[in-house]
Amino acid sequence: MSLRIVVCVKYVPDATGDRHFAEDLTTDRDAVDGLLSELDEYAVEQALQISEASDDAEITVVTVGPEEANKDGLRKALSMGADKGVHVVDDALHGSDVMGTSLVLAKAVEHVGYDLVVCGMASTDGTMGVLPALLAERLGVPQVTLLSEVAVADGQVTGRRDGDTATERLAASLPAVVSVTDQSGEARYPSFKGIMAAKKKPVEELQLSDLGIEADLVGLGGAWTAVDSADARPARTAGTIVKDEGEGGKQLAAFLAERKFI
Amino acid sequence: MAEVLVLVDHVDGAVRKPTLELLTLARRIGDPVAVHLGAGADTAAPVLAEHGAVKVLAADAPEFADYLVVPKVDALKAAYDAVSPAAVLVASSAEGKEIAARLALRIGSGIITDAVDLEAGDNGPVATQSVFAAAFTTKSRVSQGTPVITVKPNSAPVESAPAAGTVEQLTVSFGGTATGTKVVSRTPRESTGRPDLTEAAIVVSGGRGVNGADNFHVIEALADSLGAAVGASRAAVDAGWYPHSNQVGQTGKQVSPQLYIANGISGAIQHRAGMQTSKTIVAVNKDAEAPIFDLVDYGVVGDLFQVVPQLTEEVTARKG
Ligand SMILES: Cc1cc2nc3c(=O)[nH]c(=O)nc-3n(C[C@H](O)[C@H](O)[C@H](O)COP(=O)(O)OP(=O)(O)OC[C@H]3O[C@@H](n4cnc5c(N)ncnc54)[C@H](O)[C@@H]3O)c2cc1C
Repeated sequence: MSLRIVVCVKYVPDATGDRHFAEDLTTDRDAVDGLLSELDEYAVEQALQISEASDDAEITVVTVGPEEANKDGLRKALSMGADKGVHVVDDALHGSDVMGTSLVLAKAVEHVGYDLVVCGMASTDGTMGVLPALLAERLGVPQVTLLSEVAVADGQVTGRRDGDTATERLAASLPAVVSVTDQSGEARYPSFKGIMAAKKKPVEELQLSDLGIEADLVGLGGAWTAVDSADARPARTAGTIVKDEGEGGKQLAAFLAERKFI
Repeated sequence: MAEVLVLVDHVDGAVRKPTLELLTLARRIGDPVAVHLGAGADTAAPVLAEHGAVKVLAADAPEFADYLVVPKVDALKAAYDAVSPAAVLVASSAEGKEIAARLALRIGSGIITDAVDLEAGDNGPVATQSVFAAAFTTKSRVSQGTPVITVKPNSAPVESAPAAGTVEQLTVSFGGTATGTKVVSRTPRESTGRPDLTEAAIVVSGGRGVNGADNFHVIEALADSLGAAVGASRAAVDAGWYPHSNQVGQTGKQVSPQLYIANGISGAIQHRAGMQTSKTIVAVNKDAEAPIFDLVDYGVVGDLFQVVPQLTEEVTARKG
């Protein structure tokens, strides 16, 4: 039987752009170009490698996000080699927090049908890194997260997790949710052929009602957290910059001494 | 007074510093009740009491070490049910955040991660966060349920505030998903003898400019003269010059030391995301146009192989 892999990806504002908040204190998505979160490329890559190592696998990429998330997010994953896409798009989703997003993703993943869910380690905008754990909790399947190596064989997923104080080897039975880090291996570039093929791959558009989700459970209104204020960090006062003319190390030492670090 | 649960981060009862910082923050909201899972509660309890824990709820079972994350969620949920706290605080480690998130979902509460400060407020605790690679500072609240908040290391001082710290056994029954992910083996990270990167008061980092694994001793020597931790940029890690566990940045460790010294690091946004909240920032870079200089309190434009050894020598001489 075919191995059903679902990769969850996020469309985010480019981190190298000048990211801001909108008036309602949600992420301003208009000011900066959006793209597929770079950390999710690693998830697509590992899904492709797992698929290549298995006799028969199908990869579906799922995203929850605005209109543009299809063209500028999902298509990238499809051009890398994923088979089909699912895009949950609904005005009611604007301003969702991680609880709302994980609810929608869980329903979407169940709608597709899965043996293995693959996520990136965190989004590059919200950067919480907890969505994969929440997805596992909601789906009631094992959480095998933050892997720098991952393999699937005989209905089992195994991997290596580099924690704060130790490196762990993990194993769980499928179905399971995994997340992979940026140490898991460089993501491939889409080939020209891949980009052309992606244009013809099917992307299913879903609304909340298609997934049986009440609109008031998501969006800014359904969020379980509230942002009261967002202020640009005051610019750091310009520091002293000296050119090394042979005494740079000593000058630096004098500065550190003045600040009582030595 | 309301009680506040604090999940203890420890290695066999040796309490890690971020937990003591959580106790400081918890006392701003209520009476801290520490939750100690795994071996070593007797070792940990006096330390927790000294820093304000009125009670220590302890549970030990092989599941905590043998399976990933979920057994600890089950235990924290049991503590939550026993105490009905005003808030739950957890350290912002990778595991801490995952435990906190799953607990929050189970108890129908919102979660805030990576807070850098916490104050009591009229509508519950107010968390300060540093977002978009520290370009913005936000204040947020949990608007549904009992606030579950994870806090970054170095966000609060460690304070002595002696309290009873009475140890009570916590009864935990593990659910069906607790044994889902087996920890087949665990290899503790070898100690370098240097301070932990996220806890250190001073961090000395090297980037692509260090130009080879063999040259990192220049960075290490400066770190050792200052009693500092060693960090690295992703370029240096990807090149195989330094371990990933020392990477500073968006996909490495986020550090907030008193002093950060960047050597041969350009200051890319993803690197900034991991160090921009440092109190004092210093850089050595041969390119006067490097973006890192926009952040510094003091910068030296020059060759790190000249500047850093001279600095090390001077630090050693001044300390001597
Ligand atoms: C999704 C994603 C996540 C990322 N996560 C991280 C992360 O967590 N951490 C991170 O650091 N990066 C991260 N990056 C990479 C980041 O974008 C940069 O590529 C990286 O930080 C560059 O490292 P660097 O500053 O050491 O190298 P470079 O940008 O190449 O800079 C090297 C600097 O060294 C200087 N130099 C060279 N020789 C000398 C010398 N002899 N003396 C003095 N100065 C010298 C040069 O002038 C230059 O400024 C991430 C990127 C992406 C896309």
